[in-house]
Amino acid sequence: MPAEVRVPISSDADVVTARAEGRTLAAQLPFSATELTLIATAISEVARNIVLYAPRGEVVLRLTREEGREGIVVTARDEGPGIEDVALALQDHFSTGQGSGLGLPGARRLMDEFELESGPGGTTVTMRKWASRRA
Amino acid sequence: MAVPILKQGPYLIASIQAAMTDSDVLQLRDDLMERVGRYRSRGIIIDVTALDVMDSFASRSLRSIAHMTRLRGAETVIVGIQPEVAFAMVQLGLNLEGVHTALDLEEGLALLSRGTEEPGDGAS
Repeated sequence: MPAEVRVPISSDADVVTARAEGRTLAAQLPFSATELTLIATAISEVARNIVLYAPRGEVVLRLTREEGREGIVVTARDEGPGIEDVALALQDHFSTGQGSGLGLPGARRLMDEFELESGPGGTTVTMRKWASRRA
Repeated sequence: MAVPILKQGPYLIASIQAAMTDSDVLQLRDDLMERVGRYRSRGIIIDVTALDVMDSFASRSLRSIAHMTRLRGAETVIVGIQPEVAFAMVQLGLNLEGVHTALDLEEGLALLSRGTEEPGDGAS
């Protein structure tokens, strides 16, 4: 399996590339069709957040194997202004911009694990989803 | 990639062929708004069978297309939402409230020709 796939994000077309790459990579693991769609949708949300709120960023996709289980790790990084109130940003329907306010909280519901770190230098979202069947 | 829009009698049929960028979605909105006026259309079907992802932006945009075209006198029916996509939309917390949906193109056309009621009002 390839170590990782990096997708630079600066325009709305990159959002489509990132979610397609994520689906292709995740398809190497025993994810169901529904799970692949959940992963692609979550990637779409975090990648769009970069386009909406930062000049540029990247989505890094990586397969992982830990403690006998396999999964995909999605890291979305940007060099944007950072999120002032992370707790608020993870609330449904809250948005400071033109978003729907469902992107980040929605992505968190679609994945198994979700971490968000934000500071003046930018924001990093790390999400994981584990393949339900054990390898 | 522009979405082809066919005119069939009083209806417009937009068949999405591939993954859409945000700009493609906005282009579709503008094209439909313009054509509803040009062809005096009474109904619109947007076929999303080919979409493997419907995220918050796409879903919100389709809802505004439906509401905007309704203000111009045309009812919109979204058809072909795939089962996995429907599942992801519900998990995301998205709904297409106030928008007509149907299983496929055939059902969508049947819904338009019956005349659409306000979705969710239960009256017939």
